[in-house]
Amino acid sequence: MTGTLSLVRLILRRDRIVLPLWVIILGVLPISQTSGIRGLYSTPQELEAFAASMRATPAFSALYGPLLDSTAPALGIWRAGFIPVIIALASVLMVIRHTRVEEESGRRELLGSTVLSRNAALSAALIVTSGASAVLGLTVFATFAGTYPVAGAAAAGLGYFLVGAVFAAVGAVAAQLTESASAARAIGLSALGVFFLVRMAATVSEATWLSWLSPLSWGQKLRPFAGEEWWPALLLVAGFVVLAYAAYALSARRDVGAGLLPPSLGPAEAAPGLSSPLALAWRMHRGPLIGWSAGMAFAGLVIGSAAQAASDALAGNETVMRMLTAMGAAGGVGDLFIAMLVSVFGLGVAGYAIQAALKARGEESLGRAEPLLAAAVSRVGWAGSHVFFAFAGPAIALLVAGAGVGLSYGLAGGDVGTQLPRTIGAALSQLPAAWTLAGLALALFGLLPRLTALAWGVLLLFLLFGQVGAVLELPRALLDLSPFTHSPRLPGGDVSAAPLLIMAGIAAALTAAGLYGLRRRDIQV
Amino acid sequence: MNNVISMSGVTKTFGRTRALDGLDLQVSAGEVHGFLGPNGAGKSTTIRVLLGLLRADAGTVRMLDGDPWKDAVALHRRLAYVPGDVTLWPNLSGGEVIDLLGRLRGGLDKSRKADLIERFELDPRKKGRAYSKGNRQKVALIAALASDVELYLFDEPTSGLDPLMEAVFTDCVGELRARGRTVLLSSHILAEVEKLCDRVSIIRDGRVVETGTLAELRHLTRTTITAELIGAPNGLSGVHGLKVDGNRVTFQVDSGDLDEALRQLSASGVRSLTSQPPTLEELFMRHYTGAAR
Repeated sequence: MTGTLSLVRLILRRDRIVLPLWVIILGVLPISQTSGIRGLYSTPQELEAFAASMRATPAFSALYGPLLDSTAPALGIWRAGFIPVIIALASVLMVIRHTRVEEESGRRELLGSTVLSRNAALSAALIVTSGASAVLGLTVFATFAGTYPVAGAAAAGLGYFLVGAVFAAVGAVAAQLTESASAARAIGLSALGVFFLVRMAATVSEATWLSWLSPLSWGQKLRPFAGEEWWPALLLVAGFVVLAYAAYALSARRDVGAGLLPPSLGPAEAAPGLSSPLALAWRMHRGPLIGWSAGMAFAGLVIGSAAQAASDALAGNETVMRMLTAMGAAGGVGDLFIAMLVSVFGLGVAGYAIQAALKARGEESLGRAEPLLAAAVSRVGWAGSHVFFAFAGPAIALLVAGAGVGLSYGLAGGDVGTQLPRTIGAALSQLPAAWTLAGLALALFGLLPRLTALAWGVLLLFLLFGQVGAVLELPRALLDLSPFTHSPRLPGGDVSAAPLLIMAGIAAALTAAGLYGLRRRDIQV
Repeated sequence: MNNVISMSGVTKTFGRTRALDGLDLQVSAGEVHGFLGPNGAGKSTTIRVLLGLLRADAGTVRMLDGDPWKDAVALHRRLAYVPGDVTLWPNLSGGEVIDLLGRLRGGLDKSRKADLIERFELDPRKKGRAYSKGNRQKVALIAALASDVELYLFDEPTSGLDPLMEAVFTDCVGELRARGRTVLLSSHILAEVEKLCDRVSIIRDGRVVETGTLAELRHLTRTTITAELIGAPNGLSGVHGLKVDGNRVTFQVDSGDLDEALRQLSASGVRSLTSQPPTLEELFMRHYTGAAR
């Protein structure tokens, strides 16, 4: 363990801004949700009615997990059911950032030559990441314990802490497998995606036993504010121990910098087609594009069949159907369910759009733009190759997502021909909003290249608007800033072309501004 | 002779740091020009201005009769560049990178490429992430040397190469000179520059402090004289660092005073005499330690 403490300090120093920020923001979200709900529904009857309406909408359970009770804190914690997923995401990325990324960059080697035990980096990453989850859990406990039952507050905080720790260990295992950090991230995030879909399937389908397979569900088995159960914490602890042990065992068996999966050789000569910036960009973007498309297609298939199941289950229930119609779901439960999840696709794909757009900045700061721009390649030609994928990639990902939903929903209902165009249209209607984020990232890239990370901050802000905007009664003008506010609710809702065209126009204008800025500025390493 | 590179009064600041401070640099056609300076003196900044990657704040820059900022794409067809720290795309093989860069520059000579791959002993099938620093450097060198262009810009190109590969690089530059190509070679390895370069510019704190052929530069500095005299030395004036050991004297003398010093020596009768011109290293150290104050 020699040197672990110094590395812990190094990580804390490097992440001194981001880490407290996400711990605090995610830590206070559950209490703000709860206060919001308590402000809107003050009597037990109103809370009960609200809970009933939520239970009647499987889309919510799909996102947040099962709703366990109808008290304000139980509803608040449930409504914050996406937070464990975000904690898990942050934990996986953070552990990889401080292990495999360091090895790939060679910085690990510099440190490794000092007095440092072999596993110090892995231990330090696990300690800081789990520690951050612990602080987050304590924040949740502290914010709830004053007003609400202490046991519930403890269960909620403990759940967040342990889920974070388990996914830190997931990240640690992923970091051992491959030589490249991006491949490790893909493995870690795929695991998270599968666990999320398993939780979704366990909640909306009959197969509740599935919930035993996803650590994301285990946290909810602690049942905060709904008759707490403590033993599922052991499940999470066991998960952490097993995964962390696996990570250490894998780490002990490999060289620094090496992965378990051996690197492969490539061709000695380039194919004739590899002769333009676009061809090179394709080599860089095809992995993420294939990954996103496959993930979105899979998610689409799962959601389509879940939508069919939900709509079958509720078809006979007159009251619920009338209520749903009142909520604006003329097309029925299935449409409402799909529309809600398609809007989540929109957010996810916006993340992909930013990622693809910022590839250009990544290339620049890694010094890989320089040899291209020192050849006969114009700046716009070079950046344009990445712009192409920032716009086309999300379109393809949404297209296959919509096709996946339409196929499985249509097959179950026997009307693929009708559903397919509707769901594809619904998915593609999210595209302009995602494009505006790509445009924002490109504008930052051209005009303020050191601040490109702001694009992620803005996406997070819009995501929070969507999650808590209504509950916190944020002013309309603020919510209108988010392009996702203007995306239509399809299928089944109304759609007008104007907002979509305006958003596409904004995206194009932002991109043009970015390219204009790029032509005038220095290439920075 | 016309200038391939002509920079005068070029200034470039990054925030508060003044990377280039009125830099003048002339490189004429067909010469191998050494660009000497320690880390942080502004060598890479100069080359990146020439490549149109950075925009000069003030001064004029001409390269191959064009404006490097405005005519970047057209000019880049006529030059090849090797950075000092090559980063490759992790999922592209070395061979793919060589072909890609060559094609983007407007084509490369296949047989010369094969020859260079053999001489530099590169395995072109490895992926970018699997190469060591020296091998990444070789990939960029092969891509540049396999292109037949008018101007080669090398920014500390041999960093990370072993001595054998450095020798291969030296040969390659010799061949470029024989073919009449122009080379700007930035380096802090003096032996390399001394071996390869026709003319040298020394840069310090963003300014060229000395420029000329090695002979001219030597002329500006002191020659070391060691002599064994028949009689006792007397009246040696205008010399530096005089050491007398019996009839043996060692001193340095400015080129202008050499004649007078020799006259004084011969007055005492000379038994043997060695004269040592300054090495590039002495030149260099004089500019960097002497002038640092």
